[in-house]
Amino acid sequence: MLIFEHSRPGRRATAQAPFTAETADDLPAELLRDAPAALPEVSEMQAVRHYTRLSQKNFSIDTQFYPLGSCTMKYNPRACNTLAMLPGFLARHPLAPACEGQGVLACLYDLQEILKDVTGMQAVSLTPAAGAQGEFAGVAMIRAYHDARGDTARDEILVPDAAHGTNPATATMCGYKVHEIPTGPDGDVDVEALRAAVGPHTAGIMLTNPSTLGVFERRIKEIAGIVHEAGGLLYYDGANLNAILGKVRPGDMGFDVIHMNLHKTFSTPHGGGGPGAGPVGVSARLEPFLPLPVVGYDGDEYSWLTEKDRPQSIGRLSAFMGNVGVLLRAYIYARLLGREGMQRVAEFATLNANYLMKRLEAAGFDLAFPERRATHEFIVTLKRQQKEQGVSAMDFAKRLLDFNFHAPTTYFPMLVPECLLIEPTETESREELDGFVEAMAQILAEAGENPEQLHEAPHTQPVRRLDEVRAARELDLRWRES
Amino acid sequence: MGELPGDLKYSKSHEWVRINDDATLTIGITDHAQDQLGDMVYVEVPEAGRELKAQEAFAVVESVKAASDVYTPVAGTVLEGNEALADTPEAVNQDAFGAGWLMKIKPVSLDALNELMDAAAYQEYIDSE
Repeated sequence: MLIFEHSRPGRRATAQAPFTAETADDLPAELLRDAPAALPEVSEMQAVRHYTRLSQKNFSIDTQFYPLGSCTMKYNPRACNTLAMLPGFLARHPLAPACEGQGVLACLYDLQEILKDVTGMQAVSLTPAAGAQGEFAGVAMIRAYHDARGDTARDEILVPDAAHGTNPATATMCGYKVHEIPTGPDGDVDVEALRAAVGPHTAGIMLTNPSTLGVFERRIKEIAGIVHEAGGLLYYDGANLNAILGKVRPGDMGFDVIHMNLHKTFSTPHGGGGPGAGPVGVSARLEPFLPLPVVGYDGDEYSWLTEKDRPQSIGRLSAFMGNVGVLLRAYIYARLLGREGMQRVAEFATLNANYLMKRLEAAGFDLAFPERRATHEFIVTLKRQQKEQGVSAMDFAKRLLDFNFHAPTTYFPMLVPECLLIEPTETESREELDGFVEAMAQILAEAGENPEQLHEAPHTQPVRRLDEVRAARELDLRWRES
Repeated sequence: MGELPGDLKYSKSHEWVRINDDATLTIGITDHAQDQLGDMVYVEVPEAGRELKAQEAFAVVESVKAASDVYTPVAGTVLEGNEALADTPEAVNQDAFGAGWLMKIKPVSLDALNELMDAAAYQEYIDSE
């Protein structure tokens, strides 16, 4: 039920009403509305119950294990939120002069330094407002770099077929053609195919490492050499740094530009459409092209660097200075962890993934890459169960909801048929992981004995199996009075 | 899934090609491909007159699982895209080898067809995949 359906004309939440009716008498009459806004008219109690009920229908990291691969649904420490909401941060106007905001600028400058250090890059800009914008900024810088050198014949970006779908989209948005590089049977990029694909038309390659297949690209140095030798640059899709944090640095692997999804690795709020933050880091040769503003420090004062300081910048990506509130949460998270804590993130993220992987294998599940070690995530394939018992990855995903576990990512990456991409994250206990294995084992048994139980799942949720085709084709997003 | 039509040629990227009487070609994705992709929600077909190189992406099929490019096994000029799929993308699921066709093309040459598989070879290929 929508809150508008609780509405009755004239009903008020009186406790929330202002004491005096204020009139905006200094506004021109033609700008004032002549009818009241179409807001739901409910009591305060109705509003509280309505939204509480909705929140109870949700699966969330605060209530359930949420092993959604590639998304890193880990715990966001409450402390980050509390400290980022300090009045000095919260009440600051984005256009307040830098001399009045030295505190927040110092935090942002420190965050730039921390991200430089943890990724091995030369310089960082915090301004991209989300991962997709970070990707766009990254490839736009590759383009600006080649253009600045008069090297304008490079019109192609290489993208492995295991890449996130955003990678080819980003390359296309930046005016490049996309050339797909196949993956070998062991999950690594087919280096021979890469060698054959590079040339004077190669602007760069977009790589995720660890890849979306949940394995570490072992020949990364060789790949970097091949692309650099051809005159191209390497873009690192830093969608997820959890497995490598404090252990391996993209800069040391040979990457020239990286974007980071702070909401995955640095524990900022996640899902629901934002706000996000997708800082970019670059090697020395791309530094002049960084998007603005960047926080500068002359040893005495912090300031916003602008077009005057960086005339070759690709420009600004959003109003103001990026999502500062989100950046502050990431900064506090990084400071809470410290250097040692970051290494622990990587150790426990990979330990949990490998533990879960081995236990699921022992429980009878097929791994997509059984001979490879998992990174922060791994892939189970249900191809055999689909062939033999007619149950799909989607059936498993839906049935897991009945056991009170959020489903893993299904059908991504597309290279692996009937796949579940499972990412436990570092913030889960062993008991939680064991509970998940037990549920998966029980569902596997059901698949043999009573596959209908899976086909018809979920049985215990507020809604049953949804009509995804209709949801995609007949969008119904606006309430109308019927 | 039913029998594979014996009169078609098949590619490793799961397209089928029918050689029409007037030496034009009709191209679509196989029943196996639609089964892997799942229920279609959107299909984008090429406009008539577009020149295609071999292995060029000519259509996009978007299912509840993913959006995928479809590649032409042969170079040529597009004669017609199956516009009806804009309203009935489910035809690709229900009748991949028939009403779910994606485009008709006038090929530059028929030589490239020799590199494609016949029904028996394609069946073996998907069984081993």
